[in-house]
Amino acid sequence: MKTIRIGSGAGYAGDRLEPSLELIEKGNLDYISYECLAERTIAIGQQAKLKDPSKGYNSLLEYRMEKALPLCWKHKVKLITNMGAANPQAAARKCVEIARKHGLTGMKIACVTGDDLLPVIDKYMDAEVWENHRPLRELPGEIVSANAYMGVEGILKALDMGTDVVITGRVADPAIFMAPLIHEFGWALDDWDKLGKGTIMGHLLECGGQVTGGYFAEPGKKDVPGLGHLGFPIIEACEDGSFFVTKVPEAGGMVTVETCSEQICYEIHDPENYLTPDVVADCKQIRFTELDKDKVKVEGVTGKPRTDTFKCSIGYKDCFIGDGEISYGGPGCVNRGKLALEILKERLELVAPNVFEELKFDLIGCNSLYWNPDYQYNQEPSEVRVRVAGRAKTRAEADLIGNEVEALYTNGPAGGCGAVKHTRDIVSVASILVNRHDVTPQAQLLEV
Amino acid sequence: MKLWDLAHSRTGDKGNISNISLIAYDPKDYELLREKVTVERVKAHFKGMVQGQVVRYELPNIHALNFVLYAALGGGVTRSLSLDMHGKGLSSYLLDMEI
Repeated sequence: MKTIRIGSGAGYAGDRLEPSLELIEKGNLDYISYECLAERTIAIGQQAKLKDPSKGYNSLLEYRMEKALPLCWKHKVKLITNMGAANPQAAARKCVEIARKHGLTGMKIACVTGDDLLPVIDKYMDAEVWENHRPLRELPGEIVSANAYMGVEGILKALDMGTDVVITGRVADPAIFMAPLIHEFGWALDDWDKLGKGTIMGHLLECGGQVTGGYFAEPGKKDVPGLGHLGFPIIEACEDGSFFVTKVPEAGGMVTVETCSEQICYEIHDPENYLTPDVVADCKQIRFTELDKDKVKVEGVTGKPRTDTFKCSIGYKDCFIGDGEISYGGPGCVNRGKLALEILKERLELVAPNVFEELKFDLIGCNSLYWNPDYQYNQEPSEVRVRVAGRAKTRAEADLIGNEVEALYTNGPAGGCGAVKHTRDIVSVASILVNRHDVTPQAQLLEV
Repeated sequence: MKLWDLAHSRTGDKGNISNISLIAYDPKDYELLREKVTVERVKAHFKGMVQGQVVRYELPNIHALNFVLYAALGGGVTRSLSLDMHGKGLSSYLLDMEI
């Protein structure tokens, strides 16, 4: 039976590069896919594109492609990535430039478009926003981006043209891993069982090192070897949709039933109904079997018909978040930290009454991660860090928070140290559903 | 005994929703987790932090429970005021639960 091997080149926008190069060289791969888009990334990319029409793609694109393209060409590995972000065309042109520089004559590079709904967003003003159940027209800030989560269709169009490198904008994360299976095995786009398997395969790969022992270690209970040179995962899949997860033997990390179990549950919500643009995957009965060291077989997955809608992420200018931090150490540090927080509450009331939509007062070391009022702390820490954060409509208002924290140097409790302050411009994301027929995935081929 | 002694966990986020798994090290402990770690217990454990409902799903063959916590992340990663905007540390807090 025909098999193909797909590697995961990145699990998030800023991920490490060398593990992917190791995979291309030593993984005996047919494809490598780099997943580099978080929910808000495109909104930020769209703003960069407005300032400079040649920008708006992943800021590490050049850094990665300088190394990855020549290696992929040498080892005959095809590359798929959503690093195009808000500007897949410009990203593809940049890849052509890099490929030419390295003399990769004949390399075919394509961009996939169709996800950008900003030009037609006016027609969705009555759509319900998931986050607040209000119509989109009532969103409290200017819309800067609107991108539908497309499925495999655009990538398949690109692969059908014989493309070596496919650059997309917003597509569902598993799609960049599943598309090669459909292309190579000729699966039908309504073979829900196989698409369910392919989607779960993509789900296991989409966070890179998170299935090979990254984000897993708990010393003494869950030890992971070689985390300083963690390897990224490979999946070897058969035509019938069966597959196993593995890694390059010399790379650090491990693939076990436990690492796979943590990753399968990751962000999946209802395991019986994992909604994607291509299929509703069902992994409630998933089973993992260790076939060999670092080789785990995945079974018990199927799928159901896809829905008629795509999720669409809308980026909008929301607010400014200001924050400030200052530390206290030694005996009595918790009480000095609490006093600092009391002073800050009073000061912010005094200098900016009713300005902040919400304020958060933390004592890092005690209650910044978990703030259940009944939670009992185990012991007095040797140091604490006071942190205040708040949302405001203007930058000047948000700046007041950090300024008040910093002023504790000369006006606050004894021994305050290490104060820092920031103000961030916040682009938030709202989600709506759009009819899938409103979205036309397209592929455009460029040749080196 | 804490859940930390019996199970491991990972948190993910989508918008303002947190997804926390709870996976028994030993398959024999799965039934105990099902019995003790109810939706009500989890909701109470996250008092003051989770505003919305809590839903529990089961993956029996990998002896895992999967909790979905709504309105759990202070507005979601983009606008949360929390130091841990993704709520990624919530798994460690779940494992602190006494059973």
